[in-house]
Amino acid sequence: MDALRFIDKPLTWGHAGLMVLMAVAVLAVVIVFVTYAIYFERKVIGWMQFRKGPNRTGPLGLLQTVADVSKLLLKEDTIPAKADRGLFILAPVLAFIPSFLVLAFIPYSKGLQFADLNVGFLYYVALSGISTIAIVIAGWASNNKYSLLGGMRSAAQMISYEVPLVISVVGCVMLAGSLNLNDIVVAQSGYFWHWNFLPQIVGFAVFVVAAISELNRTPFDLPEAESELVAGYHVEYSGFRFAFFMLSEYVYVFAIASLTTLLFLGGWHPPIPQLDFIPGIIWFILKFAFIVFCLFWIRATLPRLRVDQLMGLAWKVLLPLSILNIFITAACIELFGMGG
Amino acid sequence: MIRTEELLLNVGPQHPSTHGVFRIIVKLDGEVITEATPVMGYLHRGTEKLAENLNFTQIIPYTDRMDYVSAMTNNYVLCHAVEKMMGLEIPERAEYLRLIVMELQRIASHQVWWGTYLLDIGALSPFLFAFSDRERILQLFNELCGARLTYNYMRVGGVKWDAPDGWIDRTKQFVKDMWLRLDEYHNLVSGNEIFLSRIKGIGQYDAATAIQYGLSGANLRSTGVDWDLRKTEPYSLYDRFEFNVITGKNGDCYDRYLCRLGEIEQSLRILEQALEQFPGEGPTMGKVPRAIRPPAGEIYVRIESPRGEIGCHIVSKGKAEPYRLKFRRPSFVNLQILPKLLVGETMTNLVTILGGIDIVLGEVDA
Repeated sequence: MDALRFIDKPLTWGHAGLMVLMAVAVLAVVIVFVTYAIYFERKVIGWMQFRKGPNRTGPLGLLQTVADVSKLLLKEDTIPAKADRGLFILAPVLAFIPSFLVLAFIPYSKGLQFADLNVGFLYYVALSGISTIAIVIAGWASNNKYSLLGGMRSAAQMISYEVPLVISVVGCVMLAGSLNLNDIVVAQSGYFWHWNFLPQIVGFAVFVVAAISELNRTPFDLPEAESELVAGYHVEYSGFRFAFFMLSEYVYVFAIASLTTLLFLGGWHPPIPQLDFIPGIIWFILKFAFIVFCLFWIRATLPRLRVDQLMGLAWKVLLPLSILNIFITAACIELFGMGG
Repeated sequence: MIRTEELLLNVGPQHPSTHGVFRIIVKLDGEVITEATPVMGYLHRGTEKLAENLNFTQIIPYTDRMDYVSAMTNNYVLCHAVEKMMGLEIPERAEYLRLIVMELQRIASHQVWWGTYLLDIGALSPFLFAFSDRERILQLFNELCGARLTYNYMRVGGVKWDAPDGWIDRTKQFVKDMWLRLDEYHNLVSGNEIFLSRIKGIGQYDAATAIQYGLSGANLRSTGVDWDLRKTEPYSLYDRFEFNVITGKNGDCYDRYLCRLGEIEQSLRILEQALEQFPGEGPTMGKVPRAIRPPAGEIYVRIESPRGEIGCHIVSKGKAEPYRLKFRRPSFVNLQILPKLLVGETMTNLVTILGGIDIVLGEVDA
């Protein structure tokens, strides 16, 4: 299942149709994920706070998100009078499209992938950067001071954290000798101590911190810091446009959780090879769900950082650490012949 | 050279972190505040003026609505002032009940502060932890007087209702549980690295400044000044109990945080002793004339509310209504230092500092 194999073939209606079908399949998977990730998040945080969480809409509250989204869809579409109309409308779309595009390259299991790209991780970085622009546009176009501050914070934050995020992964890339995610996963086969999270423990730590920041989630949720900036860049957004921002945010949760699984937790490999009879997709889902749970857990536990501390952490701590990680990895590969 | 412009930002009155309808106009240079102008009065109801046409029993519910997070202490300060003016004797059982509810109220008030402060700082869970514990106090109050927020419990000369059967035991149980919960508060939050880096050294001032600005309560004690009216000018039965005045050292938000949590501890100590000593029998209402007419003259009494020194100044002409009634509201006075503290701070610290002062808008605007 690889859409890229159609590239060499003549573009017929059949091929185009197949590609569209595959895209719709990914879209459906992600929409279902987002629906239940939100439900899961509210439940998990509810339990951690001695509450029950949503339990009224549908059995066990399972339709809560569906109800919420329908409400957003039915809401009046408001655009502030002083807003920059064109950009205001463009921003949610621009935030949403790259978030879906990044999903194309994720291998869920052996051979279960939309597009097997040889640049793999680089593709993710390139596209997710576009979302930052969307947030800045949203902040600017709303013509609201809070959203402007939120947009600016977001730009500063996402640019700062993209640097350690990318550099922390270089270690994994060096061990596998490839940017292709399939190769990186294959390089981690064996027992669970062959997974990158142990040999690349520094890279893993930096990656997780930077990734949470990229997601604008607690403790790095400054762009939408509720207690300071009310809602940050999406103060003026309501209805479906707001839903799009939320959607893209959760799709990035999906992407980052998948990436962490693939880069550091051995992708679809079982923890010990003897468990190989269980399909790879199950292992992928288990690891993936664990990471998503951890993200929610962190949200229920930690307070928020301050802007200056946030920048300090990125440039003074994470960046040197991740660069150090590259040197150590390189030395290990050269001296002990680690990796491939 | 880049030309930069100051941004005039209107924070409030509908802002999630102004704890009500407080408004503050800040001039921002980037994220740094260059000037801050507080605007208040959105919740002004003219309590003091209204009181001039009401008799003293009728004023009590109005005091509930001033500092609605600690209504019991407000009740007390008015009743105490009138009683002192008229030289009334309060039965011991009533005075114990008053003291117990005031200390419970102090704990409840600090719990609200703790929860909302952490919410300001960005942690979601402590808020629910604090409120679920506060719920038990509200339940106790509910059993006592049928209200959860505006109690209208005290009267000139005593309290309106006696404690129902088993109430003292339930309160004892609560005190026991609260000790454990307090440990949990500390475990969950007090050592958190992010939290500490957010509040240590923020909003700092020294003792002299605090006194100049007339601060009281934890805002004053955090600078190291040993001033708690329960100890310095004991009223009610406070001289019968052993407890410490918690003071800080640096006068920053962290010290204020520790002071308030320490005060919960001390309140629990007082409660333990008071519940032990609680007299089993006795009236809950003293001998009070049918019409409460304080003799002509003036009086000022002050007590320690969870937010600081709450004072009540009554000018009486010998009538059933006060000629003039003035409350010294600690939230209002403590708020004065805010513009001074905010200059040079970031937007994020605005929330930290404002939350650290612990205001209740009902009291600021009265």
